[in-house]
Amino acid sequence: MTTTRPAGPALRPAGRLTRTQRILVRAALLTLLAIAATFLLDPYRNYQLAVVAATFCATSGLTLLVGLTGQLSLGHAVLMAAGGYGYALAVNAAAGAGLDGDGVAALVRVVVGLVGALVASGAVGGLLGLAGARLRGPYLAGLTLAMVVALPALATQVPALGGDQGLAVPFEAVPEALSRLVVVEQWHAWLAIVVAALAVTPLAVLRSGRAGLRMRAVHGDETAARLAGVSPARVKVGAFVASSLSAGLGGAVLCLVTQSVGPGRYDLAFSLLLVVAAVVGGLGSLGGAAAGAALVVLLPWLVDTVTGAVGVPADLEQRLSGNLAVLVFGALLIVVTLAWPGGLARATARRRAPVPGPDPSSRPPTRARTDAPAPTER
Amino acid sequence: MDRLVFLLATGLARGLVVALFALSLVIVWRAARLVNFAQAATATAAVFAAFAVTGATGSFWAGLAAALLAGAALSAAVERGLMRRVPQATPLPGMIVAIGLVMVLQSALGIAFGPRHRPMVAPFDERPLVVGGVPLLSPYDLFVLVVALAVVGLLAWLFNGTSLGLQLRASAAAPEVSRLLGVRVPRMVTLGWALSGAVAALAALLLVPTELGLNAHSADLLFVHAFTVAVLGGLDSPTGALVGGVAVGVLVSLVTGYLGAGVAPLAVLALLTLVLLVRPGGIFATTEVRTA
Repeated sequence: MTTTRPAGPALRPAGRLTRTQRILVRAALLTLLAIAATFLLDPYRNYQLAVVAATFCATSGLTLLVGLTGQLSLGHAVLMAAGGYGYALAVNAAAGAGLDGDGVAALVRVVVGLVGALVASGAVGGLLGLAGARLRGPYLAGLTLAMVVALPALATQVPALGGDQGLAVPFEAVPEALSRLVVVEQWHAWLAIVVAALAVTPLAVLRSGRAGLRMRAVHGDETAARLAGVSPARVKVGAFVASSLSAGLGGAVLCLVTQSVGPGRYDLAFSLLLVVAAVVGGLGSLGGAAAGAALVVLLPWLVDTVTGAVGVPADLEQRLSGNLAVLVFGALLIVVTLAWPGGLARATARRRAPVPGPDPSSRPPTRARTDAPAPTER
Repeated sequence: MDRLVFLLATGLARGLVVALFALSLVIVWRAARLVNFAQAATATAAVFAAFAVTGATGSFWAGLAAALLAGAALSAAVERGLMRRVPQATPLPGMIVAIGLVMVLQSALGIAFGPRHRPMVAPFDERPLVVGGVPLLSPYDLFVLVVALAVVGLLAWLFNGTSLGLQLRASAAAPEVSRLLGVRVPRMVTLGWALSGAVAALAALLLVPTELGLNAHSADLLFVHAFTVAVLGGLDSPTGALVGGVAVGVLVSLVTGYLGAGVAPLAVLALLTLVLLVRPGGIFATTEVRTA
């Protein structure tokens, strides 16, 4: 099927949707589907769904960054935290300025908070991106690692960030008109799903368009990309900022749902979990990022539930809590990288187009045609 | 003034430990062209082995030997079992596998030994000696100083003065040519990893008695500091690792002493960012752009 796909907007037959329109339609459908699904879930599941949506924002940004430009960030938790703090500061400022009611005021407050999250995460991401544009491979990973480690120190040293406790934000109640229909967890899940859609859809558009092509060009060969008129530095900074904005929105959602933001949640372990989600889902694949986000949120909970149900001794249970899931995730990370590169996305997409990503074997359509009739060559 | 001298002296001792750890990163980098993000986790595992041996025999020195052996064996196993199978075209898979290894090792240690810090007793007194009215280094700090300098000297002699060191350097610089000339390159790479693992385990073992105690995350901060050092000095340069290590150690000691322990990670991050933005090649490196 890939060989007949039009190569660009210029070759598009009249009357069909453009690629961007197709992505928007698909995003709208998926959003509606997810919102419909919240009616099937009990409140706790809806809370988990909201956390998965928030995590999905961060993993989608990360998978784009690592898969398309090859920049490994171990610090996406910090970008989420930046979004969370930006959201909390903006919301509290808005609430202080009179927007502390329900209804329209609450909605405006949330929007103001999201803008605050975008500003904060964009600023941090822009700085990191500038560093990342000059660095490769291990250096960017090490810098972002140092950032994650320094986050608790930053939170305690800067008085505005509220120390170890972090910041609290006002509780967002269900609007009057919907209060007969949904409970608060479901309402939060809706907000989370809508924000995730707003965060991820631009990434999908970016990935399928010229920007995505430029990112792959820079990842493949910087010199060749430069010769073709693509500025590697600009592309890398752009990719990092886009990725940070998405992660920041994720942090904002998490802050909204849990009504607080603090350094404890965004530690190194959480940051590594985001990497696990991106890698296991399949680097470069947004669907894989969604699956990975669900995995890293649900597996630790599942492990805790199982160890609780089996009835292991309290001491052992305390040791297993958290650690066992991380053990599984670490093993998954190694196995997927060594034996199954491409992750979940590759496994499900085999019948369809090859997953765009770091895989050098994804060829332009014309090559596929010349390769096909000569299977005996080797 | 007394305080400044004391902080400088302590920073020197801490800095040499960081320098040792950074040196272990440099050794892996020279052997395999990758930054081993799992170095802290393997070193911590080796220190746990030392802890067990010291507990069983009552001798610090037996524990030290166990740490060196365990560090070398674990690193060699990591290289043979995992890193050799990683695709080498880009640095990304190697880093991801190393991160996976960190998660596996740390969570396994956490399950086996629990989250609490286990106190580790230093073989020498940890109270500072007073020289001319000024409190200076403790006997343990002096021991660290001597061991670190001895290991650095030993490594310099090994790499620059022996046939084995020549083979190690050759197989890292030009593997194909070295193979044609009869160097067993895969064996040299494994040896480089083992050497690096032993040095990292030693650094972690020297550090732990001066900290809270031993748990699965004891060496995390050491890795971040050592990475900063490696960036500061350039991953290729042992001299850079030594000078950078002392610089970072003194910086951390001064910041902790004058501004509080909470500020130290921020100071290290600021230093790292500054060096990466102003001089991404490192202070001792010669290449323009960092490539991995």
